[in-house]
Amino acid sequence: MVNSLLAVTIAGLHLKTPLIAASGTFGFGVEFADLVNLNQVGAICVKGLSLTPCAGNKGQRVVSTPSGILNAIGLENPGCTYFLEHILPQLRTYQVPVIVNIYGHSVEEYAAVAQALDVEGIDALEINISCPNVKQGGLAFGTDPHMATSVVQAVKKNTHKPVITKLSPNVTDIVSLARAVEDAGSDALSLINTLLGMKIDVRARKPVLGNIVGGLSGPAIRPVAVRMVYQVAQQVHIPIIGMGGIATAQDALEFMLAGASAIAVGTANLYQPDTLCTLTQDLQDYCAREQISCLQEIVGQALPQGKKSMPYFSRNNYDKK
Amino acid sequence: MPKVLEQSGVVLQKPLDARTYLLRLNAAQIAEQVVPGQFVHIKLTMPGEALLRHPFGVAAVDKTQGTIDIIYRVAGEFTRALAKLTPCDRLSILGPLGRGFDLAAPGRTLLVGGGTGLAPLLFLVSRLGAEKTDVLMGARTKEELFWQKLFRPFVQHIFITTDDGSLGTHGTVMALLPSLLTQGYQRVYVCGPSPMMKAVANACEAQDVACQVSLERYMACGMGACLSCTCQGREKRLKVCTDGPAFWSKEVSEW
Ligand SMILES: Cc1cc2nc3c(=O)[nH]c(=O)nc-3n(C[C@H](O)[C@H](O)[C@H](O)COP(=O)(O)O)c2cc1C
Ligand code: FES
Repeated sequence: MVNSLLAVTIAGLHLKTPLIAASGTFGFGVEFADLVNLNQVGAICVKGLSLTPCAGNKGQRVVSTPSGILNAIGLENPGCTYFLEHILPQLRTYQVPVIVNIYGHSVEEYAAVAQALDVEGIDALEINISCPNVKQGGLAFGTDPHMATSVVQAVKKNTHKPVITKLSPNVTDIVSLARAVEDAGSDALSLINTLLGMKIDVRARKPVLGNIVGGLSGPAIRPVAVRMVYQVAQQVHIPIIGMGGIATAQDALEFMLAGASAIAVGTANLYQPDTLCTLTQDLQDYCAREQISCLQEIVGQALPQGKKSMPYFSRNNYDKK
Repeated sequence: MPKVLEQSGVVLQKPLDARTYLLRLNAAQIAEQVVPGQFVHIKLTMPGEALLRHPFGVAAVDKTQGTIDIIYRVAGEFTRALAKLTPCDRLSILGPLGRGFDLAAPGRTLLVGGGTGLAPLLFLVSRLGAEKTDVLMGARTKEELFWQKLFRPFVQHIFITTDDGSLGTHGTVMALLPSLLTQGYQRVYVCGPSPMMKAVANACEAQDVACQVSLERYMACGMGACLSCTCQGREKRLKVCTDGPAFWSKEVSEW
């Protein structure tokens, strides 16, 4: 039995554990069923979906870097319709909340995806705003508070589900983005997405990735992610899902102490596919060792005195709707 | 056939030529289940080593000893680290992964391989009948052709091409293939560099010989989740790690 020791409610979503599978690193969940008991995962955030299928980038798409990886998948996905018809029914045979990560290349596209996915069997939407806005010269939605606001508002208007907004770390002021997104009505925040990076093959004298640049993830980015969670947690009231290089229970605890109510495991799923199982066990052991009766007690404990936000007591407006 | 994660120990590390090694690993559960054409995904476990796993086609199994063999060429950071391992060093292995070769009644069979592409074909050939199987090997020079010894017990004829003409026919496998294809083969299996597989697949299609190819891609998860390894198929997008790595040549349109 999964007990209430690790349980958490975020934006109206009841999770058995605070451990979420991060988008793009866990496929549609079912791929991991041999190695992970999906019924004991907090939630599964599936691969980013767009309205129509997308073939992604050419050439090499992944490479290891010091304590991390670079990826340039290019948001390949089979599209909403295929997901709803062929994948969601399989995933629904498990007792696990399903969060669907969405993206678009215009505000209208985000709205259309949200609408297409406003169906039974999906528990929440996570908006990936690290995507280029084709109408604004390809600038990422997530780098501009106004563009981010329009996307969140458009999605909120077109869905009945809780909306989580996933912030890009490739900005100078993460707090202003977080505030804008909270004001636009986002029910929770995910942070962080990948950091822009690149690698050059010295022998070939060329970039390694087909797309030239890619997103850096894995343990290498953890300190950046912890810092961002810590900064944002002091300034917003909505709950935070922390991620970036989490591979051990220790790493997960670091994010929770910095103010994350839940955490997501990404890159670690790729190189150690049973990570979510190990972390669940290790967090239970931690609670037993520290005589903690509810892991949520530790959320934000590393924040400066008086700055500790109380997400779901102050702003859990979801259940009221 | 569920995939498993095994903590594995090195049993044997044997140089086959200046840059190619055979690595024998303890992996009883995988050895029991793996079929030709499938691969294992290996993680180095020393601090500071590459985070991502690397895929290796299985070259041989010994079910009684519970071991699998891979044959690899030292080419980058990962394989350099692999070459340093000695017996009893530990690794994490995920497998068996992917779809193996189609083995249903292949009839008279020609295997075509280049470089370490011959490794998965070695496992395959051990499951086919020697009386109806031949192999065509392409190499840069004769030094690379230690493969002959490995294939000898399992095949009738070995045909050889070398880029420098130091052994067999001068040129690539395509120097011999068209004439071989007129000799009544009902099935070709090819594994090697992409241009070679494409050329072989085209020649087979022209002669109406069914051809299985084994694609190689950079992979992260190896389980169909991350889409690092996809390519365009004739009917749909393909994940090399789960839809393949073995495909009918007619399924593939992007090599
Ligand atoms: C291969 C890969 C694919 C990803 N795809 C997506 C995606 O489709 N949508 C998204 O919002 N984030 C995506 N991400 C970002 C992760 O969900 C996560 O935010 C990031 O990798 C940081 O966490 P980690 O260090 O634990 O991986 C992807 C990451 C990786 C490595
Ligand atoms: S390697 Fe991840 S989908 Fe193939």
